[in-house]
Amino acid sequence: MSVFLDHASTTGIRESARITLSEALELVGNPSSVHSQGRTTRELLETARDQVAAACGANRSEIIFNSGGTESDNQAIKGIYWARNNQDSNRNLIITANTEHHAVIDPVSWLQANQGADVAYVQLLEGGMVDIPALERLIQDNHARVALITLMWVNNETGVITDIPRICEIASEYGIPVHSDAVAAFGHIEIDFGASGLAAMSLSGHKIGAPIGVGALVVARSEKPTSLIHGGGQERSLRSGTMNYPMAASFAAAATESVAQLVPEMARLKILRDYLETEVAKIVPGVIFTSASAVRADYNSHLIFPGTQSDAMLFLLDQEGICVSAGSACQAGVLGPSHVLEGMGYPPELASACIRVTLGVTSTRADVDAFLTALAKVHPVALNATPA
Amino acid sequence: MRVLAAMSGGVDSAVAAARAVEMGHEVIGVHLALSRMPGTLRTGSRGCCTIEDSMDAQRAANKLGIPYYVWDFSERFKLDVVDDFIAEYQAGRTPNPCMRCNERIKFAALLERGLSLGFDAVCTGHYASIEDDGQGNLELHRSLAMAKDQSYVLGVLTAEQLKHSMFPLGATASKDLIRQEAADRGLSVANKPDSYDICFIPEGDTREWLKDFVPSDPGKIVDLEGNELGDHDGHVGFTIGQRKGLRIGKPAADGKPRYVLEIRPKTKEVVVGPEQALEISELSGARYSWCGKAPESPEQEFECEVQVRAHGDTVPATASVADGMMRIQLNEPLYGVATGQTAVVYLGTRVLGQMTIDSTRSKVQAGV
Repeated sequence: MSVFLDHASTTGIRESARITLSEALELVGNPSSVHSQGRTTRELLETARDQVAAACGANRSEIIFNSGGTESDNQAIKGIYWARNNQDSNRNLIITANTEHHAVIDPVSWLQANQGADVAYVQLLEGGMVDIPALERLIQDNHARVALITLMWVNNETGVITDIPRICEIASEYGIPVHSDAVAAFGHIEIDFGASGLAAMSLSGHKIGAPIGVGALVVARSEKPTSLIHGGGQERSLRSGTMNYPMAASFAAAATESVAQLVPEMARLKILRDYLETEVAKIVPGVIFTSASAVRADYNSHLIFPGTQSDAMLFLLDQEGICVSAGSACQAGVLGPSHVLEGMGYPPELASACIRVTLGVTSTRADVDAFLTALAKVHPVALNATPA
Repeated sequence: MRVLAAMSGGVDSAVAAARAVEMGHEVIGVHLALSRMPGTLRTGSRGCCTIEDSMDAQRAANKLGIPYYVWDFSERFKLDVVDDFIAEYQAGRTPNPCMRCNERIKFAALLERGLSLGFDAVCTGHYASIEDDGQGNLELHRSLAMAKDQSYVLGVLTAEQLKHSMFPLGATASKDLIRQEAADRGLSVANKPDSYDICFIPEGDTREWLKDFVPSDPGKIVDLEGNELGDHDGHVGFTIGQRKGLRIGKPAADGKPRYVLEIRPKTKEVVVGPEQALEISELSGARYSWCGKAPESPEQEFECEVQVRAHGDTVPATASVADGMMRIQLNEPLYGVATGQTAVVYLGTRVLGQMTIDSTRSKVQAGV
């Protein structure tokens, strides 16, 4: 059996989410239908909406169910950009960071390449945190041109936490909407959409124990982004298409449970993560903890092993039955240097030498020990492996 | 043995991996990402470097129940194969990129990495055989399927590389049998079309592709006596043996067609002349290697057969080495041989060695 320490890529489905899903699959009825069976599934969907709203501090009408993080990021970024640019064509500047997930970077690049958008990247402090005073100056100098700001709440690779409420506070002085990809934050740190001041926030189900293929874009009641999808007008006309009540219900169950257990669970994982890092430093004294100086999520350890290549480390660890990850692979499966580490200013040889270990519900001390044993075995081999 | 199966996404490498598994080896599939910007879908007869190919290779590995990884060799491939290909053309030579890829990527960079990660051998779907000479020396031989024989492009392998190479398809009589076997094994690539072209030139038009890398550089078209016959836009547009598209106004004195005989990058001259001047009788080069055990005394002339193209005919010849140069006297002429091509030397079915051709002599030049 392999040891799964890659919970940030996806994590196992929670029992509550699985049971909720399979029960919902027994029902028949389009939530838009007027008959009794339609009302039954509609009730399931709207209960799910209440639960997700409660789990993230939003109003129920702000929850737009959809397929997950990438769709949410696309809808938020393109939708807000189009709406704001339509109101005032001078607003064509998007402020973001080059350490964002590709689901943010790529829609932004697409708007830049095809829709006349300009992009400004915020400065980062050592450790990957946003330099807030620099961001404030950037906003002050360009506020009339800014269409939106999009910055992730927790970085999916490094676990670095961005002070989203503070950023929203600055942006609100100029009426600039802020979107945040909160996929890695939801269920892992405490977040409150209503209190944050965000205009929109992306959530994904499968990072917290729901199936892959469900999530939500949380859109403030005041915001009217242009829709990507046109059709029957479901979900505030932002996500037309028959509403996926079984998946929404399953997502809601996972969200409720993960948020309810967040504080004790993250305290548990922090102990494991700190133990892992202490022991890794004994095995490989030259290890670099990429975000040691930053405020970061407790379930994540992002490590650079100088002199190795990520793909050799992943291969060797996989051979030992350890599932971890590195930067994101392209569609053909090529593992490039981590764009997040490059964005933080690491040179390519270090950005290509990282490993991400992420803990989750099933993680135990035995899992961490198995990783440490494997690391001690494969690290010398990886150091001697010739690069591709 | 721990075997690294290089899986391109084609039928040959999939069956080769399957056979290695069946032989009882611990096999791991690796797809080499060679392109910086892989296309999504295959176009034409392009053989590798697309996402579709990577997916096909993964499907085959899953079917065989072996782990599968993608390793990125695109940077080395660009430097060692693509840039070399362009530079060779610029120097007026005609390179064989598949050979360079075998020499520098598959049986060098990949093999080295495999060995450093604890593997014993690299397995590929090449049609060739490795045989023991009975005294512990490994020899490379032609495959049983002569129509598909790829021993030519493997002629660059050394004795050390042969020790760590595995070609499980060499004893199969035809490609049809391989396709049948793939179908019987339930491999989805069983009917995937063969690749013919250079993998990094998807449209198959080398000259058109080269235009993006080599600026136009006009020069003169001359005959063997040095008389100017016309102009050209750049020597990279020409190939030895080319007859069409020379745009020479006046016909030859004898009224017969003229062919490109030589490309002289330094003077930007393209030399044309009669067909009989394409008849090459002698080849020589300083970059040669022995495939397996070297001959006892290569300075003494020895009988052999020579092949200068991947699927060309062989001709009987006499070869010898002197002053760091290999010289090959052809008993029968070969037509339109370009410098930069590789001459592979055979003894019967055995590949004895290879040489990159630095210079050729025609019967006309030799005064025959």
